[in-house]
Amino acid sequence: MDFIDYYQTLGIDKNATEADIKKAYRKLARKYHPDVNPGDKAAEQKFKEVNEANEVLSNAEKRKQYDKYGKDWKHAEQFEKAGAGAGQGYTYRPREDTGGFGEGFSGSDYSDFFESMFGGSAGGFRQGGRSVKYRGQDFHAQLDLDIRDAYKTHQQVVTVNGEKIRLTIAAGIADGQTIKIKGKGGPGANGGPNGDLYIKFTIRNDTGFHREGDRLYANVEIDLYTAILGGEIVADTFDGKVKLKIPPETQAGTKVRLKGKGFPVYKKEGEFGDLIFTYTIKNPTNLSAEEKKLFEQLKNLR
Amino acid sequence: MAVTNLILIETLCTHYQVEVSFIDSLSDLGLIEVQTVEEIRYLPEEKVTHLERMIRLHQELEVNPEGIDVIFNLLEKVDRLSQELAEAKNTLRRMGIQE
Repeated sequence: MDFIDYYQTLGIDKNATEADIKKAYRKLARKYHPDVNPGDKAAEQKFKEVNEANEVLSNAEKRKQYDKYGKDWKHAEQFEKAGAGAGQGYTYRPREDTGGFGEGFSGSDYSDFFESMFGGSAGGFRQGGRSVKYRGQDFHAQLDLDIRDAYKTHQQVVTVNGEKIRLTIAAGIADGQTIKIKGKGGPGANGGPNGDLYIKFTIRNDTGFHREGDRLYANVEIDLYTAILGGEIVADTFDGKVKLKIPPETQAGTKVRLKGKGFPVYKKEGEFGDLIFTYTIKNPTNLSAEEKKLFEQLKNLR
Repeated sequence: MAVTNLILIETLCTHYQVEVSFIDSLSDLGLIEVQTVEEIRYLPEEKVTHLERMIRLHQELEVNPEGIDVIFNLLEKVDRLSQELAEAKNTLRRMGIQE
């Protein structure tokens, strides 16, 4: 556990006035507030630190205690005296009880430093102590999914805060897509409703297929002779194989579109996007003397 | 049949300790859609989370309704750009160009 310089957190010096503290705090709160930085964990952490600093420095008693004993916070006995002397009992009550900040903000944790010095607090950013119903916090979770799993509608059990939740993940879910599960967030306070659970999907893809929405892209290699003379090849689609007719004189980079062979369209059962193949041409190597001669002949015919 | 629960605007104002004029401003700016049934004004329950965010911005950061409108527009833009960036990174990765 380290000493925390609350003055540094707020970017002010030790002689800062109440007005300076308020101004610095307001400015940083506007910058890092979870509602203006949704899903930004770094901002959320910063916001907590700023709140904690403000809670101490904006309260004359706490500031005095911090200025006097802050550096020697390890001498717990002294703090007890300091606390008693100040005539204030800081009873521990997690911040959640005063109402969360909704989306993305889990405001329950003070630093260990704060806890050891002040024993937690019921104050915090939302001042005034209104006893109203608060909706529980929204939880945010991330789920990694293989693209092969995203191809099929399937069920998966996830554990969020100790609770097992069975999810049905519809085929065609996109990378970065977020789904909301109502009422599976944190419990409400004073009889308020539960928050919601948001799950963001990250789709891993190590296949040879590049996915853009419900379209799939892949390269297909054909040999020089088939490209020039035409023929038939068998290529892999995402879930099978397909026979392709190659017309004579096919150029490298030619694209073909296979309708309905792409990725499933999210929540539209039976609908698929297109698969787009781009042909690459494989030239023969290690030519024999005779092959070389024949190519020379071909060249001279041009 | 899906049923929408409507919550009285007055109830919301008491609950969140905001002035009715604040709700009116949000409504005038098109930030919330207030429904009127027999001259009594309501907000659909599913829009309450959205309203809560605006109230927090107002009460905790002292942002006025016009400012909230700006913030929401910018956040929407950030969201769209993040999505586009993720797609572009994805494309680059596919092409073998690492970040």
